[in-house]
Amino acid sequence: MKLVVMHLTGNYAVAWAVKLSRVKVVSAYPITPQTTIVEKISEFVESGMMDAKIVRVESEHSALATVFGAASSGVRAFTATSSHGLMYMYEMVWWSAGARVPIVMAIVTRTIGAPWNIWSDHSDFMSQRDTGWLMMFAEHNQEVLDSVIQLFRISEDPRVYLPGMIALDAFILSHTTEPVDIPDQSLVDSFLPGRRQPYTFKSGDPITMGNLPSNPRDNMRMRWDVHKSLVAAKKVITEVDREWSKLTGRSYGGLIECYMCSDAKYFIIGAGAWVGDMREAVDMLRSEGYEVGLIKLRFVRPFPAEELAEVMRGGKGAIVFDRSVSAGSAGPLYLDTVAHLGALNVEVPVKNVIAGIAGVDVTYNDIASVVRSFIEEIESKGVVSNYVEWYFR
Amino acid sequence: MVGGISIRELPRKKYLLPGNPSCPGCPEALGLRYLGMALGDRVILVVPAGCSTVIEGLAPNYSMRFPIVNVPFASADAVASGVAAAKEVLGEDAVVVVWAGDGATADIGFATLSGAAERGDNIIHICVDNEAYMNTGIQRSSLTPYGAWTTTTWTGKKERKKDVPLIMLMHKVPYVATASVGYPMDFIEKLRRAVLIKGFKYIHLHAPCPTGWRFDPSLTVEVAKLAVETGMWILFEAVNGKVKISPPSLPYRDRSRRKPIRDYIKIQGRFRTLTDEELKKLESMVDDVWDTLTKFT
Ligand code: SF4
Repeated sequence: MKLVVMHLTGNYAVAWAVKLSRVKVVSAYPITPQTTIVEKISEFVESGMMDAKIVRVESEHSALATVFGAASSGVRAFTATSSHGLMYMYEMVWWSAGARVPIVMAIVTRTIGAPWNIWSDHSDFMSQRDTGWLMMFAEHNQEVLDSVIQLFRISEDPRVYLPGMIALDAFILSHTTEPVDIPDQSLVDSFLPGRRQPYTFKSGDPITMGNLPSNPRDNMRMRWDVHKSLVAAKKVITEVDREWSKLTGRSYGGLIECYMCSDAKYFIIGAGAWVGDMREAVDMLRSEGYEVGLIKLRFVRPFPAEELAEVMRGGKGAIVFDRSVSAGSAGPLYLDTVAHLGALNVEVPVKNVIAGIAGVDVTYNDIASVVRSFIEEIESKGVVSNYVEWYFR
Repeated sequence: MVGGISIRELPRKKYLLPGNPSCPGCPEALGLRYLGMALGDRVILVVPAGCSTVIEGLAPNYSMRFPIVNVPFASADAVASGVAAAKEVLGEDAVVVVWAGDGATADIGFATLSGAAERGDNIIHICVDNEAYMNTGIQRSSLTPYGAWTTTTWTGKKERKKDVPLIMLMHKVPYVATASVGYPMDFIEKLRRAVLIKGFKYIHLHAPCPTGWRFDPSLTVEVAKLAVETGMWILFEAVNGKVKISPPSLPYRDRSRRKPIRDYIKIQGRFRTLTDEELKKLESMVDDVWDTLTKFT
């Protein structure tokens, strides 16, 4: 295998992946920090390096609408957005999933106003979790590039046929340069076959999608089918990760990735770029003698419930770090985790730490100190006193 | 160009099937049939929320022989741009038509319409103008005329009708026309001219609605014709910005040849609260629309 390493920001890694995936229609509206993805794709197209059509629309709502129109008419299509842009396209997010149109969208995660704030948290991305899209996080720029290509493959798999979105943290990934291996076009072509989709609009073929159902039960069945396909996607995700690893030597574990879990008694659970800091924290805590492991949630939809349960059964405690919050309740990753673990009879005390909201910096020292006091509390009292903690340094 | 096509040359294939759920006397049903006669199998329809969402039938039944992409209210032109982009990339022949009501055109969908027009995307936008939000129960829109009753303007609308065809003309798109369900051949000929032009095409189809305007369902075509004969609705066509009044409206450039507007409003229940003073105001608004339009001829 030929290795071509370039120094790429997360956003450029997305653009390269879109080019390698031979996307035919791209449509987007500028918003910080997503903008450089589409700038780079425009440069590829205008310099003749990429054969695609760009539709420069007047809003994010129209961006996803255009991508939906193109994808439902037979081509691979892509868009990207952040924060308010994602909020503005929300109804099209639902519509695309309901219509079962494979699409890939990159979300450069950014705080939602008011007040205005361009730094990363996961509120925008996590607010999409009921829509029916495949939803995954990337930890670093190589994973960004690899995952965008994988997401096209998963989304277009007949067992799935659903759109998918990938989150990369604003600035931490989007504007930070890392060495990234660019796979050969022929490798990507062999991994990602030609476009597949459940139906295609064509002249002279009078099909319709989305008209009123005479029986709401049919509509409920459609929604159930979205759910079942997301559950079925778990197998596809694992297969795809395995195949990618055969081709490139890089595996991310599919749905979750475990670090130092095999003998761990306590677990850190998180998603996104700060998983890198969590790795550092684990190393530090291990050197101090704490039996800590890390579970990285790569996919949050489908939610890897059984996968988590399998790793955590017999553990003594876990902390879920959320970079967003369902105000009035708790962090969304925590809520999913405790609900499924409880139902699967995994009796492990789980604490939620809400941190890094609005882009507040969180270091591996912060993570380690929270984990230390949690472990000490469990060891001394056996229970967690403050199970949803807002962490400020 | 009138007389270019005779009714015998039009395809007999029905694109809107009998037994569809439209109201009796529905103008949208007429319009959809004419669209099929004009453009036939080449059409891919993009339909935002509106009466046509219902007219196409309840799944698994389907009353149309067009492919239909159903889409959320404010997204139609952008979806159509995407469909057209895909067909261009794939090299497939298709006429992408947005079939949108006054809400999806002039109000909630206006930004996306303007965006697609400014980009010159290769689609036809047809505004089927029944002058209120009929599908949600007759609420006023920006295309409801002055003085008309709706369920959100119980004493008559106090504002005038937005002039969308002229706004689209100012987008400098290659084709803008108005049409009426009362003049099918004029509409069909306009569609057939529009389809030959690459870029963004806008056709505004006047669609008198018996349910919302409160008139007898047998009178749809008569009301549509009266709108033209009284000058309330002007048929015109603009190719590359050159405005020409269409033959059915030509005589009414001369104000004295127009029928009294009172004839048009008295057969509709929606103007029942209109006072004489308001009628005068409505008349002067009609004169004003003519004055503005003829400046471009
Ligand atoms: S309300 Fe008017 S436009 Fe709508 S279906 Fe009935 S007649 Fe047709």
